[in-house]
Amino acid sequence: MRLVWRHRNSSDEIKDPRRTAASPTLLRGGIVVSIVERVSPEIKKDMLQVGPVKKVYDVCIVGSGAGGGTAAKVLTEGGLNVVLLEAGPRLDPDRDFKEHMWPYQLPHRGVGVGGRQRGIGDEFMAPNGFWQIPGEPYTVANGSAFQWFRSRIEGGRTNHWGRIALRFGPADFRAHSTDGMGDDWPISYEELAPYYDKVESYIGVFGSKENVPNSPDGIFMPPPKARCTETLVKKACDQLHITCIPSRLAILTKPLNGRDACHYCAQCGRGCRSASNFSSSQVMIPPAAATGRLTMIANAMAREIVLGKDGKAEAVSYVDKTTKTEQRVYAKAVVVAASACESARLLLNSKSPQFPNGIANESGVVGRYLTDSVGSDLVGHFPQLEKMPAHNHDGVGGMHLYMPWWRFGQKNEFLRGYHIEFGGGRNMPGVGEFDYVCETQEGYGAELKQKCRSVYGAFIGFSGRGEMIPNENTFCELDPEVKDKWGIPVLRFHWKWGENELKMANDMQQTFRQVIEAAGGTVLVGARRHSKPSGDVQEQSNSISTGGAIIHELGTVRMGNDPKSSALNANCQAHEVKNLFVADAAPFVSNADKNPTLTIMALAWRTSEYLLEQAKKMEI
Amino acid sequence: MGAAVGSVMRVIPLEAAESAHHMVEAEKAHTGAYAPKFFNAGDYKTLQSLCEAIIPADSDSGGAVEAGAPEFIDLLTSENDEYQKSLGGGVKWLDGTCHTRYGKGYLECAAGQQKEILDLIAFRKNADADESLTAPVEFFMLLRNMTADGFFTSRIGIKYLGYKGNTFLTHFEGCPPVEGV
Repeated sequence: MRLVWRHRNSSDEIKDPRRTAASPTLLRGGIVVSIVERVSPEIKKDMLQVGPVKKVYDVCIVGSGAGGGTAAKVLTEGGLNVVLLEAGPRLDPDRDFKEHMWPYQLPHRGVGVGGRQRGIGDEFMAPNGFWQIPGEPYTVANGSAFQWFRSRIEGGRTNHWGRIALRFGPADFRAHSTDGMGDDWPISYEELAPYYDKVESYIGVFGSKENVPNSPDGIFMPPPKARCTETLVKKACDQLHITCIPSRLAILTKPLNGRDACHYCAQCGRGCRSASNFSSSQVMIPPAAATGRLTMIANAMAREIVLGKDGKAEAVSYVDKTTKTEQRVYAKAVVVAASACESARLLLNSKSPQFPNGIANESGVVGRYLTDSVGSDLVGHFPQLEKMPAHNHDGVGGMHLYMPWWRFGQKNEFLRGYHIEFGGGRNMPGVGEFDYVCETQEGYGAELKQKCRSVYGAFIGFSGRGEMIPNENTFCELDPEVKDKWGIPVLRFHWKWGENELKMANDMQQTFRQVIEAAGGTVLVGARRHSKPSGDVQEQSNSISTGGAIIHELGTVRMGNDPKSSALNANCQAHEVKNLFVADAAPFVSNADKNPTLTIMALAWRTSEYLLEQAKKMEI
Repeated sequence: MGAAVGSVMRVIPLEAAESAHHMVEAEKAHTGAYAPKFFNAGDYKTLQSLCEAIIPADSDSGGAVEAGAPEFIDLLTSENDEYQKSLGGGVKWLDGTCHTRYGKGYLECAAGQQKEILDLIAFRKNADADESLTAPVEFFMLLRNMTADGFFTSRIGIKYLGYKGNTFLTHFEGCPPVEGV
C-alpha cells in the first residue's frame, strides 16, 4: 500500500488519468491524503484511489484573446478566482517578436522554407497566426468558399490584428428597425457606451473628434500626422466629398499605464516589445495575473463544457496538448471566448441528454447567423509619389487616415455601409515588392533596376470593409465525420454572399477608382496581390473577398430577448444555462461597418461586470 | 518597461545592434566560397551571371551578386520542387540553346550572344509568337522576380532604394514638401 500525499496549491491540476468518481477524502490542514491501494500486479486490477479534492474556481474562461483577456482582467480585479484555458502556448515578447529585424537577417528573407510563405505572410510576423493548422482542419460545404484564420497563442488574434478600434454606432444596434433586414441587438449604443469609455481609457486609442454620423467619437489620444500617401488621398477625398479623417487605432501616442508610446516603426504586425500597440497578451493578461487570482493553463484545447446534475455548467474538459491527456477544470461559471466560430463549436460539441444539440442551444441558433465583413481591394499607382524625397515614411503599423462611411442616411443602391482603409508608400522592402514592376516592365538590366527604384513607394492599395447582413445560407455546423487530431469534431462552413453584399463590393470598386483617378493615379490592372500582415490572399480579379478572409467572423452564438431565436440574453448569459456566458464576437447580432474588436472588449467588460454582480448576489 | 520614452530608446537599439553583430559575424563565416545546395558548380556560375545581368552593379550600388541574390535563390530552390523544375530546367535549356546556336555554353558566349538569348526570353510577347519559348519565358520571369527579391531585400538593395525607416522616433514627422502632393 502506498500513501500519496498531494499538497493543494493554486496551480494544482488533476492529472491522474485513473481518476474515479469522487470518493471520501481525508483532509487535514490543507493537505489532501490520497490512499492508493495497490493490488498485486499480476492480477492487474484497477487501482482504487480516494479521489483528490477537486479545486473549483469561480470562473473558467476559454480563450485569452480580446474577450477572454478583458474578462480575465475585470473578473480577477473584481475579486474572483479565474482559470483561463488557452489553446496555444504562452507568449514571450522578447523571444517571439521580431521587430527591427531586416529581411537580410534571415536567409529566407522572410518567405520561409522553400519560399512557401510568399504571398501569404512572412517569417517576421507575430507567431502562431494560421490559415491552416496541421491536425486541426475545418471543412467547407460544396459550393461554398471560406477561409478560417486561427491564432493559437496567448492573446489570440490580438497579436495579429490591425489595431483598428472603431465604436459601433447607435444605428448599428437597431438596423432591423431601420431597414427591416437582420435583427436589432437587445441592447442599445447608450448601454454600451460607458464600456467603450472604459476600454478606450484603459487600452489607449488615438483618433480625433469628428462627429461623423453613426461613427461615434471616443476617448482619444492625439493621432499621428498624415504620411505623403495619406496627404494625397485626403486631397482627392475632399474633392469628392468623401469623409477622410484621422484613423482610430489601439496604438499609444502617449505613455499609458506603464506602456511606452509608439516609436513609429510600422511593424505592429510583428508584435511590439514595448507594448505600445494593444494585444490582450501584453495589456489585459498582466493586470489579471498581478491580482494573484489568475491561473492560466496554456496548450489547453477545450473539448466540451460539462453539464452538472443541476443543469448548470460544472466544468470544462480539455486536452492538455503537451501530455496529450484529457483534463478537467471545475468552476462555478464558464465564460467562453474562444473566437466566434470556436465558441460555437465548443457549445455544439457539449452534448448531453438535456442538450442533444449542444449546451444552451435549444434555439438551434448556435453556428448560425455567421457573417464576415465585405472586403474588396484596388491598387493605384501615383506618379507624384515618385517625387518624394528620401524620408522616413513608416509611422504606425496601420493607416493614419481612413474614410468612415460617409453616405449614412442617404439613399444608396444597397443597405448599410462600409469604411475604407488604405496603405502603401515606402514600406520596408520585402519579397514580392517589385513583382508588379517585373511583370509590366519585363526585360532586365540597368533599366529594370532603376525603374524599381523610381516607382518604389508610389503605390497605394485601398480596402473596403462593409456590413454583411446575415442570411440562412451562411452558417457553420459540426462536420458529421471529420475530427481534429485531438478527436474533437471540426466545423463545416457554408457561405453565400447576398445580393446586398455584391452590390456593396461593386460600389467599393467604383469608389476606389474615383479616388485613385481624382488623386492623379492609375488603377493597376493585373497587379498581383501583396500579402497583408493578416495573411489575406485574394485574387485580384474578384471584387469581393472570400468569406472569412477579412477575419471578422461573428454572430454564431447570438444574443437576443427571445430564447427561440437567440442563445444568449442581453447580458451575454445563456438563456438556458445561467452560469454560462460568451464574451467574444459570437454574441454579436450584426456585423457593422466597423471592425469588431473594440466592441468585443466593451461587451466582454459589460458581461464581466454583470457576472461579478451576480456572483456577489450568489445568483450563479 | 518604464513610462519614459527614453528607456525604450536605450534598450531596443542595444538588442538590434547585438543581433546585427551576430549577423555580420555569421556573414564573415560564410565569405568563403558558397557551396550551392541545389545547382551544380557550373550551373551556379551561370545563375550568378544571370542574376547580375538582371540587376547589375552600377555607379549607385553593387548588383545582385554582391547582394547575395544567387545564394538566396539557390537556398529556396533546394527546398521547392517547382522552383527546381523551372529554374533548374531553365538553366539547362539556356546552355543547350547556346550550344545549338553558338557552339558553346552560355558563360562562354560573347556578350552580344548572351544578350540575344536573354532578349528572347525576357519578354512574354516572344512566347506568344513562338510557343516553344513558353517554359523559358516563364523560367526567366521567375528568375527575374527572385533576383529582384534577393537584391531589394539586401542591405545594399535597401540602401539603393533610399528606405529610411525601421528606426525609433519620438514623434512622426509627416510628409515633407512634395510637388503634386
